[in-house]
Amino acid sequence: MATEHAETGPSAGDYIVHHLTHLNNLGKKQPDVIDWSIVNYDTLFYSVGLGLLTVFLLWLAARKATSGVPGRFQGCVEMLVEMVADQAKGIIHSAESRRFVAPLALTVFVWIFLMNAMDLLPVDLLPTLWQQATHDPHAPMRVVPTADLSATLGMSIGVLLLCLYYNVKIKGVAGWAHELFTAPFGAHPALWPVNFLMQIIEFLAKTISHGMRLFGNMYAGELVFMLIALMGGAWAVSTSGVLLAIGHVLAGTVWAIFHILIILLQAFIFMMLTLVYIGQAHEGH
Amino acid sequence: MNLNATLFLQLVVFLILGGFTMKFVWPPIVKALDERAKKIADGLNAAEKAKSDLALADRKAVEELRKAREKGVEIRANAERQAGEKVEEARAEAARIVAQAREAALAEASLAAQQARDALRDQVAQLAVAGAEKILRREINPQVHADLLANLKQELQ
Repeated sequence: MATEHAETGPSAGDYIVHHLTHLNNLGKKQPDVIDWSIVNYDTLFYSVGLGLLTVFLLWLAARKATSGVPGRFQGCVEMLVEMVADQAKGIIHSAESRRFVAPLALTVFVWIFLMNAMDLLPVDLLPTLWQQATHDPHAPMRVVPTADLSATLGMSIGVLLLCLYYNVKIKGVAGWAHELFTAPFGAHPALWPVNFLMQIIEFLAKTISHGMRLFGNMYAGELVFMLIALMGGAWAVSTSGVLLAIGHVLAGTVWAIFHILIILLQAFIFMMLTLVYIGQAHEGH
Repeated sequence: MNLNATLFLQLVVFLILGGFTMKFVWPPIVKALDERAKKIADGLNAAEKAKSDLALADRKAVEELRKAREKGVEIRANAERQAGEKVEEARAEAARIVAQAREAALAEASLAAQQARDALRDQVAQLAVAGAEKILRREINPQVHADLLANLKQELQ
């Protein structure tokens, strides 16, 4: 949200690129777009950490859950549970499937909200602490796991796998294969390839848009925070610098407040689409 | 914007977290929610029942009160009537006793008067006879004139 100090050394471009570089096992920016031998430590650290925090908080509420008068914390968690349970009930009509899918949706919602909320921390806070801890002024670190495409696509592919699983479970292998070739256009053999192609495109589009939507929002939000930080950082080297500092405070405040909406909305959208896609897997075309 | 093996690890974490929530978080909370909903429903039902019971009891109390009041009125009327009767009886008795007493007194008085009159008459007769005897000692024979004297006595009565 705000930067602690003006970076006078590197250029604005360097600053942005540095902040968009993951802490990975390569030690530098990933050269290729796709490289399965590389792991982003920072993404994994923050996502696993926040995931554990999520289930710990939920477990804390679940452990003390009684039918008596709930406290504020328990009431809050219960509101979330009811919200997710209601949505799941409206979308997925199989109570058996809801036993796993509804809890998953709850976790996904809280987890993604927390991961998104990392965006509201000052953009330089955790990276600077990391750089001082490692005594390396150029040590990279990104703190918003959902601004990493690998993470968001990882989750959306998880949803895809669940869709495939429930397709097979509900319709059977034969039933699902039949649907793959006869829907959406019809059962005529000449239409089979077209149908199959459409089905594959549908699965791909759903999964990629699911992951990309969250990634794009968070990546853009993170970038705007960096630009605001750059604007504030430039105040010392400019004649009209005071205005830039004021602009930083104003823009940072406005964007952070707006971003509260974005992070909540994106978490909710991801959860809802998870439910919708899995719900679609339960319905025949 | 790069893709790498983080994707698979994230996928695994995603499924593990979902599994954890399914196992340890969701069931107790949903159970508590259902139980509370049931509790609240029971409480509302009980309140509703208590309300209707209260209304019933109220109606019953009013009814009982009305009955008691009616009975009270009836008892009072009876008591008044009985008291009136008793007073009437007592009054009649008293009148009877007084009348009786007066009658007895009158009878006694008239008897006494009669006796006194008889005694007086006897004495007058004796005095008359004694006087006449003194005057007509020789000429009057008591046995002869007894009838005469009796007649005289009769007239004096």
